[in-house]
Amino acid sequence: MRTKLTPWNRVFLFLIFFVLYAPILYLVFYSFNSGGTMYHFKSFTLEWYKELFQDTRLLIIVLNTLLVALLSALLATMLGVLGAIAIHNVRKRAQSTLLGFNNVLIVSPDVIIGASFLILFTMVGLKLGFYSVLLSHIAFSIPIVVLMVLPKLGEMSPTLIDAARDLGASQWDVLSKVILPFIAPGIYAGFFMALTYSLDDFAVTFFVTGNGFSTLSVEIYSMARQGVSLTINALSAVLFLVTMIVVAGYYFIAGRPKARAGVLKK
Amino acid sequence: MTAAWKLTGQVKRMQSSRSAKLFYMLPYVLWILLFVALPIVLIAYYSFFDIHGNLSLVNYRDFFTSVYLKMTLSSFWYAFLITLFSLIIAYPTAYLLTRAKHKQLWLLLIIAPSWVNLLLKAYAFIGIFGQYGAANSFLETIGIGTQQILFTDFSFIFVSVYIFIPFMILPIFNALDELSPSLLEASHDLGANKWTTFRRVIFPLTLDGVRSGCQVVFIPALSLFMLTRLIAGNRVITLGTAIEEHFLVTQDWGMGSTIAVFLILIMFLFMYLTGSRNRKRGV
Repeated sequence: MRTKLTPWNRVFLFLIFFVLYAPILYLVFYSFNSGGTMYHFKSFTLEWYKELFQDTRLLIIVLNTLLVALLSALLATMLGVLGAIAIHNVRKRAQSTLLGFNNVLIVSPDVIIGASFLILFTMVGLKLGFYSVLLSHIAFSIPIVVLMVLPKLGEMSPTLIDAARDLGASQWDVLSKVILPFIAPGIYAGFFMALTYSLDDFAVTFFVTGNGFSTLSVEIYSMARQGVSLTINALSAVLFLVTMIVVAGYYFIAGRPKARAGVLKK
Repeated sequence: MTAAWKLTGQVKRMQSSRSAKLFYMLPYVLWILLFVALPIVLIAYYSFFDIHGNLSLVNYRDFFTSVYLKMTLSSFWYAFLITLFSLIIAYPTAYLLTRAKHKQLWLLLIIAPSWVNLLLKAYAFIGIFGQYGAANSFLETIGIGTQQILFTDFSFIFVSVYIFIPFMILPIFNALDELSPSLLEASHDLGANKWTTFRRVIFPLTLDGVRSGCQVVFIPALSLFMLTRLIAGNRVITLGTAIEEHFLVTQDWGMGSTIAVFLILIMFLFMYLTGSRNRKRGV
């Protein structure tokens, strides 16, 4: 029954792929333009890349962005795993209440999250900057980690924990030697999602970042509002390359689930 | 003796498991209180203050004036168009993808652009839609001539659809992928043609995917504010733009919060409407 794709189907898919990738490739192409504009390609140059790697302010912002992403993903993963286990432990009714709260930040528009966090931090008296951004990123990444980990907990047989307890394992042993290894794939997925949430975020950060601190998204926004600068193009080319490497790596790891299970068994 | 020993063991175990439950529950509940419940309460609280910090209902009165109602309506209209076009493009794409060889790889390639920073994609369109950009040189070549593309409704909707498409494709792809081929065979054997099969079998069974796709596009489309500035040149004002404007430019947090309250209400309403049938099926 599965019919082959007709030539017209292929043309359609090709068009979609073309439109999806064209803007990114457009940026990369003009990053080599010595003319300094995003039209009329004058001649090939690496000038913008040189400028990019000499721009210490921008490089510090890149480092800040990475630091916030790694720290927030790490902390959100830890809190999210605890939360998922907590939800897993309670009765069905309480479970759906907790999940309802959990999903609020997932469905909330970024603008709402940003604005409400701005009010929160101002009321508490937290100075806007690194810590307000970090706290916000942890806060909005926790629910996705919970959602990634919960199904894995559901797959786990409760007798596994009973057996461990009967054999004299302490609570800590049960967590570290039984539960965590079992739900590890969910934890990795959650960490990865938290990382991308943090790296991608613009709106929430835009609200809660003060004057002194900036992440890449916020910086690109203010640069783009001033008009075209081919340093942004060079930056986007580098980021695109990194993204593609990560995607390839992800496909390589996630595409071979059997190999992964083998590692886990060790 | 052994019974008593067993009993104390059990009591001890229950106590330790209770403290363990607390250990898991406490940080999570704290997070819910601090970062989920409190922010919403604060938004609601601030919506009752005017710009001078006096308690009043003036923001709600203002919201129901024609200026804000018109803005809300136009914001809805844009979000509707963005969702509709995303769906029209995403459904056939997802459908064809499920039939392709190496479909998981193709899906990953469709999703990959969504990992490129949103701001960079918006920035790319500033170049492409610009006065001398690729779009205009194309129009020039086919004889239409240079048009103003950037800062129009068209560019706003185009770029928004571009950004949301992967999020629409993913849930629809998953729904289509779970569809059992034997259902299609059955439909075919019972004499249904392709269109009938699609209308009566495929589409109804993938409606959940369509619903979650619409959810993840419509609500963010209502609250876009970066694209309205960069691509639509402030011509389009969405609810999100208005909130951002009030919070960060005019510093009228009360009015911003009021709009946010309505956006939250709309969000819950929309979630309820798109999710309700889902629940019924579960029952």
